[in-house]
Amino acid sequence: MTGNNNLHEEPGYLIDTGKYKGIKAWLTTTDHKRIGLLYLWSIMVFFIVGAILGETMRTELFKPGQQFYGPQTYNAIFTLHGLIMIFLIVIPGLTVVFGNFVMPIMIGANDVAFPRLNLFAWYLYILGAAVVVISQFTGNGPPDTGWTFYAPYSTQTHTNVIAAVSGAFILGFSSILTGINFIVTIHRLRAPGMSFFKMPLLPWAIYATAWIQVLATPVIGITLLMIIAERLFHIGFFDPALGGDPVLYQHLFWIYSHPAVYIMILPAMGVITEIIPTFCQKQIYGYKAIAISSLAIAGVGYFVWGHHMFTSGMSKEAIWTFSLLTFLVAVPSAIKVFNWVATMYKGAIDLKPPVLYAIAFIFLFSIGGLTGLVQGALATDIQVHDTSFVVAHFHYIIFGGVGFAFLGAIHYWYPKMFGRMYNFRVANIAWCFLFIGFNLLYFPQFIIGLQGMPRRYFDYLPQFATAQQISTIGGYILGIGFIILIINLFRKNGAKSTANPWGGKTLEWTLASPPPMENFATPPSVPDKPYDYD
Amino acid sequence: MTKDHIEMQRDDVGAKLGMWVFIFTEILLFGGLFLVYAVMRHRYAADFHQASLQLNTFIGALNTVVLLISSMTVAMSISAVQKKDKRMATILLCITLLCAVIFLVDKYFEWGHKISILLYPGSDLMQSLKHGYILFFSLYFFMTGLHMLHLVIGAVVLLVALVKVRMGLINDEHYVLLENGGLYWHLVDLIWIFLFPLLYLVT
Repeated sequence: MTGNNNLHEEPGYLIDTGKYKGIKAWLTTTDHKRIGLLYLWSIMVFFIVGAILGETMRTELFKPGQQFYGPQTYNAIFTLHGLIMIFLIVIPGLTVVFGNFVMPIMIGANDVAFPRLNLFAWYLYILGAAVVVISQFTGNGPPDTGWTFYAPYSTQTHTNVIAAVSGAFILGFSSILTGINFIVTIHRLRAPGMSFFKMPLLPWAIYATAWIQVLATPVIGITLLMIIAERLFHIGFFDPALGGDPVLYQHLFWIYSHPAVYIMILPAMGVITEIIPTFCQKQIYGYKAIAISSLAIAGVGYFVWGHHMFTSGMSKEAIWTFSLLTFLVAVPSAIKVFNWVATMYKGAIDLKPPVLYAIAFIFLFSIGGLTGLVQGALATDIQVHDTSFVVAHFHYIIFGGVGFAFLGAIHYWYPKMFGRMYNFRVANIAWCFLFIGFNLLYFPQFIIGLQGMPRRYFDYLPQFATAQQISTIGGYILGIGFIILIINLFRKNGAKSTANPWGGKTLEWTLASPPPMENFATPPSVPDKPYDYD
Repeated sequence: MTKDHIEMQRDDVGAKLGMWVFIFTEILLFGGLFLVYAVMRHRYAADFHQASLQLNTFIGALNTVVLLISSMTVAMSISAVQKKDKRMATILLCITLLCAVIFLVDKYFEWGHKISILLYPGSDLMQSLKHGYILFFSLYFFMTGLHMLHLVIGAVVLLVALVKVRMGLINDEHYVLLENGGLYWHLVDLIWIFLFPLLYLVT
């Protein structure tokens, strides 16, 4: 079934048809596709800021000693870099952009369950971002705690922690509202005939993500409130001088922030699961295994937070348990990797830009995942804890994984979003720069981390200089890659896109590009199998 | 054709599902505090016992009863709306809101008394107390304070529902806002049911 009855002649969602025009129409929209784009633009702006901050850090680290800013500024910059990248980009990231834009279409819905709440969540996101920005310019200087806000330092430093923490709290609230919205959407708005096991796998991933958002985020919310109360009223929960316990803060923090890693990566896995069958023109291998492994990651991922604190002081039994669970959570991730590779096996792989990003994802995510186990193992973790090995590991997961999946998703759904194509050759060149730059930037950090280079240090011993210089050069190559990519996507000279340029089988490809405001004039007919290529 | 958004079908089940999921998040929000409470009580059991004797069990019990009654009346108001009894629904919602006010007045006296004898986080007296005392009173103010905030939010929602009942916007066919307000109110009640023994009756 192609669902051709939905290729009707209505104007695309990008054309204003309501009573408002231009920017006003966008700021008052409740259309899930437009809200997805609002998030896309906001995230892009924040990403450029966060990336420039990262580049300045790399430049500062080019040689030992001070280059052009001092240690306090360095601390403030890595804090802001972390806050922006984590709270403003990768946690909402794929969920809010592609969860909003394509998820409702994929399940055959005309919008999310609560469209106005959806817009409200975007405004909360902008408000939270604004508060984070304000925290940089008010009070006694920008926060210097790192994005983790570890107590007791965060309760004692004179910098402007309260504003930054409030910003993170507001962003968390926005994330919760999006999670609730998506859970209800997937439960209530699936097209007639679309049972859970007929859903494509991106909605499955978004569903699992939404549950983590809903069940984990409140814990960071209350923890951040405790930090604020600690600073304002000296409640003493985390202050040993008043009987409190700083390690308790670390527990509460990671009870959210470890599941948050799965908030970031699950939708990324969902995107890869969409791209690979389309470009191999093959049915996905192990549909149910992938669907259920998303839930398994969400479930087990909730109970591994202690692995961030093997060196902070926990009982032997606790660290054994957390280590075991950490190894367990790697299993469903590995299942997905095997399934992707098995899908590609003997497929007619069409190496278009989206699938290049998907392959890069599998490669980088595997390195990131396996080095994660080095830290999940108790003995080796003592060696690598708080070194640049950890920095390399999570950048491989978050940038190599989530980041490359995000770029893959943009290149995959770009024709659907804007109704135009981009230049494949330029996109491939950008991909080369990004892939090479990325590995040059982060791989040396594994090596010097093992040799003892601590993370978050402004200065280092001369023996690490070569590796740091390679890293910095990699950072610049990566930056060039992004410039090429952005220019390529913003050039408006691409050919008009057809409804289904890639030969995809999921429902978004049955609609015109760009889709009309009301996605499905008549309920779509749901295919028996979501990836029916045989 | 002019339209800013597409017309969504009304979905009361969906709206209630959303509320239930939101309630999960609220429980986890307080869950973080219960966790801190559990750790600290385990560590300073004797101090917690002594400190809790400072709380007025009578006011605590009174507030528990007040909230239980309000939970009942809000549930009854939904039945009244379903039976098209606007007058009864109004009365029951007014009783609910009155209970909320009584609760807040009680809390005002309770907190006022503590603050007047300098028993609040950050006071000079607090700094000189034993660690278990400091943490108990910090938890007391933090938990009851956050609960009060939720109570005020719940009361505002019910106030909106009351106005809508009067205007006929909430009626026997369209009452999901009142139902969700009621659900939220039960949550406020439920959290108090846990706070009361943990803070007032701990021995």
